Amino acid sequence: MAAKLNRLHKWLIGGPPLAYLLVFFAAPVLIMVVASFRFPGEFGGLSPIFSEETGKLDLTTESYERFFSDFLYTELFLKSFAYAAVTTVICLLIAYPLAMLIARSPRKHRDLLVLLVILPFWSNFLIRVYAWMIILGPQSVFVRALNYGIGLVGLEPVSLLYTPFAVIVGLVYVHLPFMVLPLYANLEKHDPALLDAAQDLGANAWRRFWRVTFPLSLPGVYAGAALVFIPALGIFAIPDILGGTEGIMIGNVIKQQFLDTRDWPFGSVLSMVLTVMAIAIAGLAAFVGRRQRT
Amino acid sequence: MALLEISNVTRRFGDFTAVNDVSLNIEAGEFFTLLGPSGCGKTTLLRMIAGFDAPDAGRIVVDGKDMTGIPPEARNIHTVFQSYALFPHMTVEQNIAFPLKMANVDASQIGKRVEEALEDVRLTGMGRRYPSELSGGQKQRVAVARALINRPKLLLLDEPLAALDAKLKESVQLELIGLQKEIGVTFVYVTHDQSEALALSHRIAVMNLGRVEQVDEPSKIYGFPRNRFVADFIGQCNLLEGEIGACEGDRMAVNLTGVGEVTALNVESDDPGLKGVLALRPEKVVIGRDLPESADFNRFSGKVHDFLYLGDVTVYIVELAGGMRIEALLPNSAAGRTKFFEAGDQVQVGWRYDAGHFLND
Repeated sequence: MAAKLNRLHKWLIGGPPLAYLLVFFAAPVLIMVVASFRFPGEFGGLSPIFSEETGKLDLTTESYERFFSDFLYTELFLKSFAYAAVTTVICLLIAYPLAMLIARSPRKHRDLLVLLVILPFWSNFLIRVYAWMIILGPQSVFVRALNYGIGLVGLEPVSLLYTPFAVIVGLVYVHLPFMVLPLYANLEKHDPALLDAAQDLGANAWRRFWRVTFPLSLPGVYAGAALVFIPALGIFAIPDILGGTEGIMIGNVIKQQFLDTRDWPFGSVLSMVLTVMAIAIAGLAAFVGRRQRT
Repeated sequence: MALLEISNVTRRFGDFTAVNDVSLNIEAGEFFTLLGPSGCGKTTLLRMIAGFDAPDAGRIVVDGKDMTGIPPEARNIHTVFQSYALFPHMTVEQNIAFPLKMANVDASQIGKRVEEALEDVRLTGMGRRYPSELSGGQKQRVAVARALINRPKLLLLDEPLAALDAKLKESVQLELIGLQKEIGVTFVYVTHDQSEALALSHRIAVMNLGRVEQVDEPSKIYGFPRNRFVADFIGQCNLLEGEIGACEGDRMAVNLTGVGEVTALNVESDDPGLKGVLALRPEKVVIGRDLPESADFNRFSGKVHDFLYLGDVTVYIVELAGGMRIEALLPNSAAGRTKFFEAGDQVQVGWRYDAGHFLND
């Protein structure tokens, strides 16, 4: 009886998240896997999965062959990978001192500071990216001042919008809170006595950081890196708005395949590759994170 | 010259004076204890010696060198923290090697010295473990080994036994005494546990409200507390209200309120009429049905109010005629008998004149 109840409890608690994963993750991935092996429809979309003439399953590896024969797409993946990596590193460099500052400020101020970090989430994502379009646009005070300044030392004026630089700025801006929050959650738990002990035993500020604070914060670093890198890898809105033709990422191509070119099988192939990459990276982060003792 | 000289040190936090004009001299090789209730300033004083906090007034001199402005990492003083503060991401070996690495000791020597340190604290073979895999007593030993490995001039210990259970405490105390004797490093030990302080120390400074009340050897602190606070804080003590009568030689008459005149030891020849308390340890109070009469002996009749059977001893609370209560401690050593008196029994209590001494307010 008790065992039965116990099992019931397990299902009541574990069931809903499991159902959620099945419906919103496993099922779409499965649909995508199947779609990647189908033929494109005559007017876009997908052709019927059972051939109209023979009535048999009508599958092909044509789209995969196309992906692996044209280096252009691999190149795009590598470029997106580089964008996401640079974004992750910059986010880490900005977020670490910020998270440390919050974690070490008086307890009563911490909640307010965390609130400030997540404040941007209160307005629409696209509006915030469009705001950067204005800030980086040629008419903005910031860009005009910059161009005036470099004009004084005899340099040609630059345009910032529609460049890889603008894409990186947008990516860093949007993803920064996802790096700050896990880092803060980790750093806040550190026992201050450990730093006292390190100092007492002869470690200066530099060594206290690299020998105690940083190694202990690695789980937070991995979590933040995964939360920034994976979404940044597949994003399309930011390169769409800020990147122009030069700043295109793999997310843009996938979007094009589905909405413009309407080649769903090929779009599915690109999505598959992206998903596999994301899972591999998340798995790696979890693996490295687990090997760290906390 | 003392190894550690604390001169007129004061530390305030806002309106609160945590350490108030404290002066202490601690000799090289000494096991010195700062004892007091929580909030008495002992930990603040320890943090100032370690360098985590700075005095508002006064100065701290170690081995002839003024420590003002020298940060903790540059002081040759190490601390064993109450929580041990072992680095959780490092093995036992790495923890113990940490101070050597910070001092840029040659890597070829570190392994050997860590091995020796592990041996000293009986943890040979545990070097590869992580702190989370150790018991409380083992963690404590790692913390001590880590703090001692590069032979500091001074080892500060902040309630290092507070987290251990009572049984373990005794063996760890013996270990600490042995270790201190063996390596000869000066220990400054902070605790609120008076029995710990009495068992471990060469000398004890009893602190209260930021001030040092008394500095003495354990037997002096226990036997001759200088004031009411020390008498009350260290061990159990009868504090009987009264005032001084006539003094003569090594004896003084004390008029106990509502009880009558008793004879006490005259130490400082105080003026008659001074009010205060007669301090009397319960184990020096004799209890019996019929006590002999003598000039050296104060004797009163009373009735057993209650008793506490504690296994090795029984504490009797005896109410005298005037309503004053006296605790008497009797060892349960008589064969075949577990206790001698019941509540309500008529008894006599008494003590030798030199068992009690007067503390004026």
